[in-house]
Amino acid sequence: MAPPRASAPAATPPPAALDGPDSALRAAQAEPLHPPLSGRQKTLGILGAAALVAYPFVFNTPFPQHVMIMIFLYGMMAQSWNIMAGYCGQISLGHAMFFGIGAYSSAFLFVTYQISPWLGMLVGIVIAMAAAAVIGLPTFRLRGHYFAIATLVIGEIVQIVVQRWEFIGAATGIWLPIIRENQLVNFQFNDSKIPYYFIALGFLIVACLAVRHMERSRLGFYFRAIREEPEAARSLGVNITLYKSLAFMLSAAFMAMAGTFYAQYVLVVDPEVVFPLTLSILVLLMAVMGGVGTLWGPLIGAAVLIPLSETTRILLGGTGGAVDLIIYGALIVVICLFKPEGLIGLVRQWLPAPPAEREADHGDS
Amino acid sequence: MTQDIIIQAIISGLLMGFVYALIAVGLSLIFGLMEIVNFAHGEFLMLSMYTAFWLWSLFGLDPLFALPLCAALMFTLGIATHYGIIRHILHAPMLVQICATFGLAIFLRASAQFLWTPDPRTITTSLVEGRVEILGIFLGLPQIVASVGSLAAFALLYLFITRSDTGLALQATAQDRQAASLMGIPVDRMYALGWGIGSACVGVAGVLLATFRPVDPEVGALYALLAYVAVALGGFGSILGSLFAGLLIGQMEALAGWLIDPSYKYVVIFSLYLVVVVLRPQGLFGRF
Repeated sequence: MAPPRASAPAATPPPAALDGPDSALRAAQAEPLHPPLSGRQKTLGILGAAALVAYPFVFNTPFPQHVMIMIFLYGMMAQSWNIMAGYCGQISLGHAMFFGIGAYSSAFLFVTYQISPWLGMLVGIVIAMAAAAVIGLPTFRLRGHYFAIATLVIGEIVQIVVQRWEFIGAATGIWLPIIRENQLVNFQFNDSKIPYYFIALGFLIVACLAVRHMERSRLGFYFRAIREEPEAARSLGVNITLYKSLAFMLSAAFMAMAGTFYAQYVLVVDPEVVFPLTLSILVLLMAVMGGVGTLWGPLIGAAVLIPLSETTRILLGGTGGAVDLIIYGALIVVICLFKPEGLIGLVRQWLPAPPAEREADHGDS
Repeated sequence: MTQDIIIQAIISGLLMGFVYALIAVGLSLIFGLMEIVNFAHGEFLMLSMYTAFWLWSLFGLDPLFALPLCAALMFTLGIATHYGIIRHILHAPMLVQICATFGLAIFLRASAQFLWTPDPRTITTSLVEGRVEILGIFLGLPQIVASVGSLAAFALLYLFITRSDTGLALQATAQDRQAASLMGIPVDRMYALGWGIGSACVGVAGVLLATFRPVDPEVGALYALLAYVAVALGGFGSILGSLFAGLLIGQMEALAGWLIDPSYKYVVIFSLYLVVVVLRPQGLFGRF
């Protein structure tokens, strides 16, 4: 079995100083990871973008808009989890804590000091990244299940502490006042969901562009190397702890962004809603269901699971008697059994990728 | 006076510790065999508690008599889980294994909520009720029975694993599945047996808990969380490690609840886990 200590010694030379892996990296980078789009793909892309822009104006009632906003929000969270677990191979079961940090930071700063939630969001991102770095340093040495359960346990600790912390509202949480003027600055839109729709879409696009860029940058190659063979990566001079930390911080930053968005969308944050283990698990399940380690997988997962739970809730009323979760659970088991690479495997069967894209196909082999 | 309270806390912690150990050992056994963490372990516990409740409520069967029935039922459920799900994801990546058992957990929990509503239910009359006073210390009789029962089940399991041929075959499979297979040990059946026994452990613990703890669909979550901590603390796959860790967690829970603040007792337990795995990543008794 692998030695327990995986952190690189401090004396490891910086990767750029080594010629071997660097030239290999350049060669790998020279290969087009994202080949030029074919005419058909371009048409599909333009049609898709137009449909997304037109959607809130065609379906101008709250429910369909809400469903899409939730798909964007969860898609973004699943994408952020994907950076950490899908690309870098570190399975976190406590990602809700970064969501909560984001939600609480902006809400607290807005209620106490009237600071615009946009700035609060930046503060939340910084705090979440710092938290990720602090949590990562001691725990990145842990492997597999030990790391997963450590993140789970840290998430629980954070939730318990926030529930008891009077300064930030303890179990009641923070209620944001409704403000009608300066809607854009105050990140509050009380008349329509359309601004929320486009902000959520924008956030999701930022997250996806970041992942797309990361995929073919040096960072992405290091992440995948750490996921596949940590020892080999280390022997080639990759500072494992550093790059795991970067993956964790990047991932935490997008979670915090999603947290601020959620706080401004529902205007109330409390520990039961923004810090629960169920949220961490939900995000994980979406990413796995769609396909981890792929750009589109987490979005597919969110696009399948969110409408499922939102419609069963509407059809059956209240919490839907947990029917949505029964279907969820069964669906997840079925996918794990028959399509372990995720729904993206089905999509690839319908739309065969051009040969060069095989490089991007690094799911779970 | 204070001394009495400390002794009281230590003994109550000890009693719960045996129950935690029994829950944890089921998890640990399965992990030791095939390196899969059963994230539906708490839901198996919940199902066993509900079975005890319904047998009591519909047929007036006392939980103590329902115990063998529940254990047998959970044994069957464990074997069914192995053949239905686990067998097919044995060589899948860890993430898929985590998701499959989490999916099962969500399915079972939501089904329980759908069928039996989220309201907590309590077994109100049982053969073991009330409390007894021993040397000025008050102990609930159900808690005493639960801990003695758990200890007995644990001892049986330990004897089975270390003394019987089948138990030795289980250990051999855990150590090296290929070598075991070459020695003529039916590895797949050993896995199924491991799942059966692991689930039966939690079945026994569930019935014993149901004598004093109300049951609701969420009840498994906390116990499962403590069991993960216990298993990692003791070292994944170590039988005696989970006994020790279960007792340690029982003590920490009782003492932290009394010394610091009841609402922070789990923070203390979880922090202990973090300290132990950071200093000793393989757990206290684990092997790598």
